[in-house]
Amino acid sequence: MSQIIFITQNQERYELSAESGSLMELAKANRISGIDGDCGGVCSCATCHIHIHPDHFEQLPAASEIELEMLELEDNVSDTSRLACQVKVQDAPEGLIVTVAN
Amino acid sequence: MEKFGIPDPFEGEREAKGFGTVQDQEDDVMMLLRLKDVRKTAKDVKTFQSGAKPGRIVVPSEVSIRDTRQIPFEVDPPLHGKYRSVLEDWFRRPENTDYQQAIAAIIRELLSEVKAKSSVEAVSEFSLKLQSRALTLLLNIPYAEAETWISWGTHVFRSEDSAVDGDKAEILYSYIDRQILKAEESPGEDLYSILLNSEIDGRKFTKEEVRGVMILTFAGGRDTVINAVTNTLAYIASKPQVLPAVKANPAIITTAVEELVRYFSPLTHMGRVVTADTEICEHAVKADSRVSLCWASANRDPNTFENPNEINLERQLNPHVGFGFGIHKCLGATHARQVLRTLLQVLAEDDIKISLLEAKENIEDWGEFQRKVGYDQIHLSFS
Ligand code: FES
Repeated sequence: MSQIIFITQNQERYELSAESGSLMELAKANRISGIDGDCGGVCSCATCHIHIHPDHFEQLPAASEIELEMLELEDNVSDTSRLACQVKVQDAPEGLIVTVAN
Repeated sequence: MEKFGIPDPFEGEREAKGFGTVQDQEDDVMMLLRLKDVRKTAKDVKTFQSGAKPGRIVVPSEVSIRDTRQIPFEVDPPLHGKYRSVLEDWFRRPENTDYQQAIAAIIRELLSEVKAKSSVEAVSEFSLKLQSRALTLLLNIPYAEAETWISWGTHVFRSEDSAVDGDKAEILYSYIDRQILKAEESPGEDLYSILLNSEIDGRKFTKEEVRGVMILTFAGGRDTVINAVTNTLAYIASKPQVLPAVKANPAIITTAVEELVRYFSPLTHMGRVVTADTEICEHAVKADSRVSLCWASANRDPNTFENPNEINLERQLNPHVGFGFGIHKCLGATHARQVLRTLLQVLAEDDIKISLLEAKENIEDWGEFQRKVGYDQIHLSFS
């Protein structure tokens, strides 16, 4: 069980926990605003863009080439941008903090 | 068992130079074929605009048959975002469980109709009906209204002999005008009434704006959904192992639908008008010329997709552009995805068997490229 903290653009803070799945699925299940997850997690829609807290970014497995190419064209992109559907809950460090990009 | 396939006619040119040319009513179109170029161009909405003369970004151009601007599709930022945010919630309703259940009921009703026959022409007797009946949900209007749309036939804009048929378009436009008037007189909970009551920049939508949204909703989701549904049925007929696999593991439905949309690419391409002299694929492009983003070619780009000409229902990384890309991506995608996901789910759950009897392919003619997009007719049997 990992605890993950989502912060939305409206500065709402959600402390969620899960055992499996992706951060996108977790956010959708909890109706976190700004995470639409339209494509269901195949890296096609970029409606799951998040910023990982800088302290945690390096602790996650690196993004694939395909994910990086999607992020490259996104608005509000930062050095710690990721697509939430490509980050697995089981890879998340305890207390991971992410900010929803949109 | 006949093998199902939609060939990729763009491969050679995509590799060699990255674009092709489509001649269209003396307003030629440079068709971009590589995924990276398509995505970059779709993102650069300043240089490649959608808010040109109404109908001009469509290929073949509809400039000669309509003046109404389709909204938000033919609008650029910042106005585009305002329209989109007014419409977004409504067009996300298909995510709701009751909406999904209503689609499942429509599909089951259709299946009982087609199972009673030994041969079914699936474009008109299944796909068109499913598309029309499901559209009543998106518009939130009485189910019976679908019969009117079914009676229009498969092509609202296209006729057999000319690519752009003004008379056929007029059927749709005058129908929409009548519905807007009706909603004005007795407002309800339907999309027409919601739009008439919506606000932008502190004022109500004009009737012309309502018209623009409604034309887009009808036209954008008709041939595309019909082709996607028909192709799905044809694919299942050619691969009897698909439905049992879906039944055993319904979780693959999400990736399966994305993969089918990638492979089918129901909309071949969409245009933009160039606002300033620029360069794409090392080729000069003049201001006020047209380019198009070829979703169908981009979706087979081997630089991104492994085995692009194979359907892999469990493809995990699938950055396809079957619903477009960037701010103008398909507004009806949530609805379309729900229709296709539910179709797979119901066909699998109910152990439906589909066989192909006979088919006539629908081949689009884009000058140097001939692309199969679906079927004009396909005879299937359901059991
Ligand atoms: S959910 Fe579509 S890219 Fe993440």
